[in-house]
Amino acid sequence: MTDRLKTNKSINRRVLLKGAAGAAGLAVGSGAITGFPYVQSAEPKVLRYLGTAVNEGDDISKKCLEDTGIKIEYITATTDDVTKRVITQPNSFDVLDTEYFSLKKLVPSGNIFALDSKKIKEFDNITPVFTKGQLPNGKKIGAQGTAPWKVLYLEGENSKKFSATPTEFVTLIPTVYNADTLGIRPDLIKRPIASWSELLNPEFKGKAAILNIPSIGIMDAAMVVEATGQHKYEDKGNMTRAEIDLTMKIMTEAKKAGQFRAFWKDFNESVNLMASGETVIQSMWSPAVTKVRSMGIACTFQPLKEGYRSWASGFCVSKAVSGPKLDWAYEFVNWYLSGWAGAYLNRQGYYSAVLSTAKANMSPDEWGYWMEGKPAVGDIKAPDGTTLEKAGAVRDGGSYDDRMGAVACWNAVMDENDYMVRKWNEFIAA
Amino acid sequence: MTEERKSFIAWLQAAPMMLIFVLFFLLPLVFVIIVSAWDYNEYEMIPAFSLRGYSDTFEGCIADLPDLCTILKTYLKTLKLCLLTWSLTLLIGFTVAYFLAFHVRSKTWQIVLTLLCTIPFWTSNVIRMIAWIPLLGRNGLVNRGLEGAGLIKQPLEWLLFSEFSVVLALVHLFTFFMVVPIFNSMIRIDKRLIEAAYDAGATGFQTLVNVIIPLAKPGIVIGSIFVVTIVMGDFVTIGVMGGQQIASAGKIIEARLNALQFPAAAANAVILLGITILIISSLTRIVDIRKEL
Repeated sequence: MTDRLKTNKSINRRVLLKGAAGAAGLAVGSGAITGFPYVQSAEPKVLRYLGTAVNEGDDISKKCLEDTGIKIEYITATTDDVTKRVITQPNSFDVLDTEYFSLKKLVPSGNIFALDSKKIKEFDNITPVFTKGQLPNGKKIGAQGTAPWKVLYLEGENSKKFSATPTEFVTLIPTVYNADTLGIRPDLIKRPIASWSELLNPEFKGKAAILNIPSIGIMDAAMVVEATGQHKYEDKGNMTRAEIDLTMKIMTEAKKAGQFRAFWKDFNESVNLMASGETVIQSMWSPAVTKVRSMGIACTFQPLKEGYRSWASGFCVSKAVSGPKLDWAYEFVNWYLSGWAGAYLNRQGYYSAVLSTAKANMSPDEWGYWMEGKPAVGDIKAPDGTTLEKAGAVRDGGSYDDRMGAVACWNAVMDENDYMVRKWNEFIAA
Repeated sequence: MTEERKSFIAWLQAAPMMLIFVLFFLLPLVFVIIVSAWDYNEYEMIPAFSLRGYSDTFEGCIADLPDLCTILKTYLKTLKLCLLTWSLTLLIGFTVAYFLAFHVRSKTWQIVLTLLCTIPFWTSNVIRMIAWIPLLGRNGLVNRGLEGAGLIKQPLEWLLFSEFSVVLALVHLFTFFMVVPIFNSMIRIDKRLIEAAYDAGATGFQTLVNVIIPLAKPGIVIGSIFVVTIVMGDFVTIGVMGGQQIASAGKIIEARLNALQFPAAAANAVILLGITILIISSLTRIVDIRKEL
């Protein structure tokens, strides 16, 4: 009796499972039918895209699906968590969008797959900022830190060594980059600011902030130390222990004297600090400045005479990706560089890797405002249609050549990273 | 024979919980302890014995004397915040529980008022981060109000991004953890005992000290354990409310994790665990919870 009951039960369960599978199949099927006509292949083209929120716009994935039939599933994490995920769960994503400075950790782990530059249509048109470390007009730019051109190529397909000369194996296909500086509240400071040293000016006691991401924060600190003339670094992105000690000592003294209102870690925190007037001068990111400004509060992404701290990110794929998925990844990267996405990024105040294709997708006025430092002819709108700047406005810092040409250093991972993190903890505890 | 059988059944009954406990708590903990004694480089853990995670943590503790080293400073700060939060939550929690247990007569109202205590949990960290600035900030409501009333001329800077704001937020959040267990202990106190004390001529204060507090002790200890363990490991609230300028044991672990230095993070976690266990065991030394329950 009990036996029969059991069999009955198991049959029931099986039937139920079958039904469920059928229903699921139906759901998938109907989804495919109501979708776009080209999604008729056995496998829908889906790529899991791991990155920070910076470039993960819904508009981009929508447009990509429309143009290529590739469905992008975003996995959003902070810069640190992206790195952690690549190291610990390389199978959990397909396409990786990350910053060049994390390559020093990612490449030795063997978890990422270098893309073949021959399969990237626009590769030769990528701005020489990445390939040669110079502007399109030939001007050399600052190379301190993990500058992209130092880590752009690998020696071989499966090599874990960076190549100094161009090879066809590219670690990250560049997508977006920018030059960061201090954000200020001109309405509260009421005088021109021209140097990084102002961050430690006692005039702004209790009204300054820096970001609490050690590897980036210490570079902003180094810009300040150098600007005050207390030390000249060989390479701000790769300090010696003595240099780390010196930098942290100067920052600790400022902290003890009450110079800083807060340290921020998160985009929204930086916006809140600035918008509420808790701080009037702080390290900041370009879209955060835009956000403060869109609240109707004066905020300037202040160009400074010592130059900018720059960052850059790009695409690679997980080692676990192969076969058709790899082809889709190439298709996606090629689409990304083909102009629409580039124009979208440029309109947010970032820079796109292939300038020519982005230019073709922007109006002359937009191009003039964002890239050439010209006064806007009409209102400048964000990708979502909100007005960012009124006619006549000029971009902070001016043109692409002015801004990227003044880059002093790049976000970096130091050889003494371990020591630096310890010293940073000491600084926080002081 | 029956005794043996009984104990076997008892073990069997405890088995599911034990299994979950072993799988999801003890085992991971063992891994953390093992990893804490590994070596590491920029991108991976190296399974070779190394106490680098520990020795780095205590770096300068002897060399820098009489100045305190980072880890000691951090723990002293964390303990200070913990002590302040604990005493305030205890005071407020005890008072609230006392009110709920002895002054509110109807069951319905007791439930309604207890639910009201959960309001702080309706807000997330993000909300708190955004909400405190307009309230406590330099141009916030409190400063504006005080300036308007002519009490201060300069805005008070210590209201936000200070130890004050950290303790305020922690108390605001965790008082509930005190209220519930203390209330639970108090509700079980036989009302006749209080009547007896009253009849014997004890004043209200004497009844409180000699009858209610001793009988509410298990609740107090359980609440204290909740608050102490949460505050010792907290880094989000301390980070947000302290403007990231106040060190905490949890923050050190987070910074290490973010730098992919897992063994060092594990070592710090083991140290934190050890200290927290010390505090808890001394608390349970004072009151034997098992006996009292």
